[in-house]
Parts: sequence; structure tokens; C-alpha cells
Amino acid sequence: MAASENIGRKRLVVGAHYGIKEWIIQRVTAVVMVIYTLVLGIGTLMMPAFTYENWVHLFNFEVLHFPLGKVLAMLTFLSLFYHVWIGMRDIWMDYVRHAGLRLTLQAFTVLWLVGSAVYAAQILWRI
Amino acid sequence: MSDSAAKPRPQFRNLTFGQLATYRLPLAGKLSILHRITGFLLFLALPLILLPFFERSLISEIGFADFAEFATNPIVKVVLLILIWAYLHHFCAGIRYLLLDVHIGLEKASAARSAAIVFAVSLLLTAVFGLKLFGVF
Repeated sequence: MAASENIGRKRLVVGAHYGIKEWIIQRVTAVVMVIYTLVLGIGTLMMPAFTYENWVHLFNFEVLHFPLGKVLAMLTFLSLFYHVWIGMRDIWMDYVRHAGLRLTLQAFTVLWLVGSAVYAAQILWRI
Repeated sequence: MSDSAAKPRPQFRNLTFGQLATYRLPLAGKLSILHRITGFLLFLALPLILLPFFERSLISEIGFADFAEFATNPIVKVVLLILIWAYLHHFCAGIRYLLLDVHIGLEKASAARSAAIVFAVSLLLTAVFGLKLFGVF
């Protein structure tokens, strides 16, 4: 639509998604974490004994030389961090009225979570 | 002139900070605010407590043994138990929200019942983990 026509009643209303994307991602990441929690819980309960070897094996097992255990754990961690970002963003938007302070807290949250993601990857790929 | 015109109509506004202690939330409301508080708690604990514990337990057999030793400290046990409760509450309440999203249990009575179930299940599981943590079984 040409810009000259994109006015008044003909205006193309596209919106800014109004949070539906975040809403959906929060749910999808939640489901991922529920599944992984159950997998870990069952894996732990099925251990013959709670030893170091059995515990590490939950995260570093491979299938055809592919590090499946690490990749599944990392995908869940990434789901966790995205989920936490949306939740913390909601908290700051609900309670912090001052725009500058809110932006500062949101920036801090992103740094906190990206740092955690690097830390988590570093842990997983050392085992 | 009727009584209703003489009496001022009740007004419902946002809570002030001083009202927080006396405001009676329904059970589902308590579940909701605790979902938020536990989420915030887990956010803070993530790189400070949870990931360091995760690292120590995985990096080496010595670290695993050190961690098992460290976790015998009563203060560490209490911190762990609070985080276990926070995770379990957030987990159970989250599953309830996912069910509400697909229109399961939306009626007032069933929503109140499911809130009670969330508290019962999460507190019961916390008790089981707590008893295990403090070496009862």
C-alpha cells in the first residue's frame, strides 16, 4: 500500500503483536521444562544408586557420538532463560513506573541471564 | 429517599502497601502471587546458588563428594529446602496455568479446587524432599 493511501480509514493496522509472542513463548518453554524435569526425575529414580558416575551420565550420554545429553540439557537451559526473561519483564513492567529505572532493571536482567547461559554452557561442555 | 442512596457505594481500588498484610486473597490469589515470588527467587538463585551447585556436583568426583559434604550443613539444607519448595510451587502452579490456558477448570469452583490441589501436592512433595534432605529416610 502506498504511503499516501495509508491514512485515515484505509490505514493498515498491523499492531506490535501486543505481547502474544511472549505469551506463547512463555508457555512453550514451560512445557519444555516440564518434560525435561520429568525425564530427569525418572532418570534419577531409575538409577541403581545415586553415585557420581550415574549422575554425570544423565547429562553427558551420547547417541552415535552425538552429545545428546548435553544438547537436551542446554536446550532446556535456553528455554529456562527465555522463560525467566519474559517473567521478569512482566514483573518490572507491573511494579516499576519510572521508565529509566525499569530500563536499567531490564538491562540488568538480560545481562544476568546471558551470563547464566554462558555459565551453564561452560559447565555442560566441561563434563 | 432509600438507604442505598444515603450510604456511599463501596469503592475498589488498587491496594496500598499498608493493606497488603490484612487483605484477604482467595487461595488462587495466594497461589498466583507466590508463583511470582518463587519465580523471582529462582531468578536470583540461578547464577548465585543453583548453577554453582550444579557445577560442583558434575565437574569431578571430588567435587561431587565435597558437595555432598557441604550439603550436610543445616543452613545449606534450609536454603536448599526453600529453593526446592520454590521450584515445586512454581512447577505445580505453572501446570495449573497451562491447563487453564486450554480451558480446563475455568469455573470458579474448579479453579478454587485446583488451587488447593496445587498447594497440597507442592507442599507434600516439599515435605518428602525435606525428610530425605534431613536424613529421615
